[in-house]
Amino acid sequence: MSQFLDMFLIGISAASIYALMAISMVLVWRSTRVVNFAQAGMALLSAYLGYELVSRTGNFWIALPLAMILGAAFSAFIEFFLMRTLLKHSNQGAIAAIAPIIATLGLLGVIRAVIGFIWGHADVQLEAPLSTVGYKVGDTILFIGPMGLFVIVFVVTLLIIVTIVFQKTNIGLALRASAYAPEIAQLSGIRVSGIRTLGWAIAGAAGAAAGILQTVNGTGALTPESLEFSLLLVFGFIAAVIGGLESLPGAVLGSLVLGLVLAFVQIYISGTLVFIVAFLLLLTLLIIRPQGFLGSKAGRRA
Amino acid sequence: MLKKHPLVTFIFFGVVLYLISNRLDELLVYQGASVAIFVIAIASLILLTGYSGQISLGHGALMCIGAYAAALLRIHYNAPVWLTFVVAVLAAAVGGALLGLAAARLSGPYLAGTTLALAIGLPSIANKFSIFGGEQGLSFDIGLPPASLGEDFTQYKWYFWISWSAALIAMYWLRHVLNSRYGRSWRAVRSNDVAAELAGIHVGRNKVLAFTISAGLAGLAGALLGMTISLVSPGVYPLLLSFSLATGAVLAGVTTLGGVMIGAVILVAIPEIALAIANRYGGSETIITNLPGLLVSGLLILTVLLVPNGPVEQMHARRAKHAKNGKASHSPVELTLRVGSKTFSTKK
Repeated sequence: MSQFLDMFLIGISAASIYALMAISMVLVWRSTRVVNFAQAGMALLSAYLGYELVSRTGNFWIALPLAMILGAAFSAFIEFFLMRTLLKHSNQGAIAAIAPIIATLGLLGVIRAVIGFIWGHADVQLEAPLSTVGYKVGDTILFIGPMGLFVIVFVVTLLIIVTIVFQKTNIGLALRASAYAPEIAQLSGIRVSGIRTLGWAIAGAAGAAAGILQTVNGTGALTPESLEFSLLLVFGFIAAVIGGLESLPGAVLGSLVLGLVLAFVQIYISGTLVFIVAFLLLLTLLIIRPQGFLGSKAGRRA
Repeated sequence: MLKKHPLVTFIFFGVVLYLISNRLDELLVYQGASVAIFVIAIASLILLTGYSGQISLGHGALMCIGAYAAALLRIHYNAPVWLTFVVAVLAAAVGGALLGLAAARLSGPYLAGTTLALAIGLPSIANKFSIFGGEQGLSFDIGLPPASLGEDFTQYKWYFWISWSAALIAMYWLRHVLNSRYGRSWRAVRSNDVAAELAGIHVGRNKVLAFTISAGLAGLAGALLGMTISLVSPGVYPLLLSFSLATGAVLAGVTTLGGVMIGAVILVAIPEIALAIANRYGGSETIITNLPGLLVSGLLILTVLLVPNGPVEQMHARRAKHAKNGKASHSPVELTLRVGSKTFSTKK
């Protein structure tokens, strides 16, 4: 029973971070039809910025929102200067399908190199502001402590805010319209290019939160080669695809499914097999239901 | 000359390489072998992306499959070297066919992400089962060069010979395939899969075939890579290798096989260039470790932005444009209508 509870808690806390990552992938996909393979690199950069801010200000609770703002600004910058030029120039021939993928991979490499230049290759420690020791119930120690609980609450709050923005505000309407039908949105007076940049910015903020929370909730160590971040990239992508790559609720649902399945594998089978299980899960889903749980059929052929 | 007598050209190239290999020092011979391996691996990606319109970020994993097959065969059955390479090709091709069956249903970013997940997931299998030797991997020893080649014939030169023979044979064969009906079918599928289907081409089957052949070539490159360092382990085929191959393919130009040497040479040369630059500016540890990555990635972004189809194709296009500007006239009126991201124009 306690093993089952552990599985559930591990799954949920992993899922909350995958959800942030998946949402940033979905937002970028919806606004520019690009899967941003540099998303994890941007999250890593934001985590380093968070570390820098914590050591300057000495307060995690100021550093977290500041790092999210910086992450958003950086993401918007990338959209404005790199992706816009790219999508304008390389839009025909064999390269058109792969140019955005290749460009974001290049960006990932540049980000890693820049991090290496600035912070070096030795570990830096981003300390968790709350205790990561699990709560004690009776004789058993649960997997989740105050920090883990904060992560879940924080992510759920962010999700609620994003949902309200998307469903209830004019900006949310513009974001949805530009993703659904850019031409018609443009004709109705929405500045689609600006809205795209905004989509990237929100994605950047979500990615920054994912990067920082993943770090403080884990070992707290940061290196340019952090395995955790190739993990964020792949699992965020898989979660987004499970949900259909188009839909925000889908991304959250996909993260929950992925988090729980991987926690099950980790506890009952073997921790080293999570990657290959994730791959098989993705492959099976893409063959059986390519449009994802909550995606539309047209979304697949992009 | 390449167009009219490909076989003569390839043999000529082989002789030149033979003469060169006698004059180089050990390190350059070793790097020459690496160039040959990258030529095969990049060509396999170009075949996949440029000709059949699919993308793979997981070719490192397919190389890994080929290498493990070769090493296992060598260790357990002491098979002759040439046979291990044949089996490497076959094993990777089978893996590629399975992956291709899934890949034919996917497009663009979905395929990229799936192959990426494979590249991360596959090495963990090697860690899990003891037959693959875990983190340390397996040794892959092809033995000393035959005595008949003389006393001063070094091990690296032997690697160089094997790699380049494999590369030349592979490229010669690939050229044939790409100019055959298969190559034409792939190009048709890439340009417009609906039109290709209407013309009687079985789209799915062609995509799977392209993936299979590409995987086979990748398996060959993987076994050769294992050979040059006498080791096959998960660490030899990291995610970064898959990314490097994609980089090499883009730098070479994904639409033509002609630039494949450019991509391979750049991949091998960049760490050296970075080292030279770093040494010139003080040679600190940070610069030496980070500069290669920065150069490769920066070059990659610049290539996609400035010469998206690669240097060779760009040259062809410019020449064609010059030829055309000499004769043809423009249509008198050009109309362009822009709605959102779509552009409608009378200009061709």
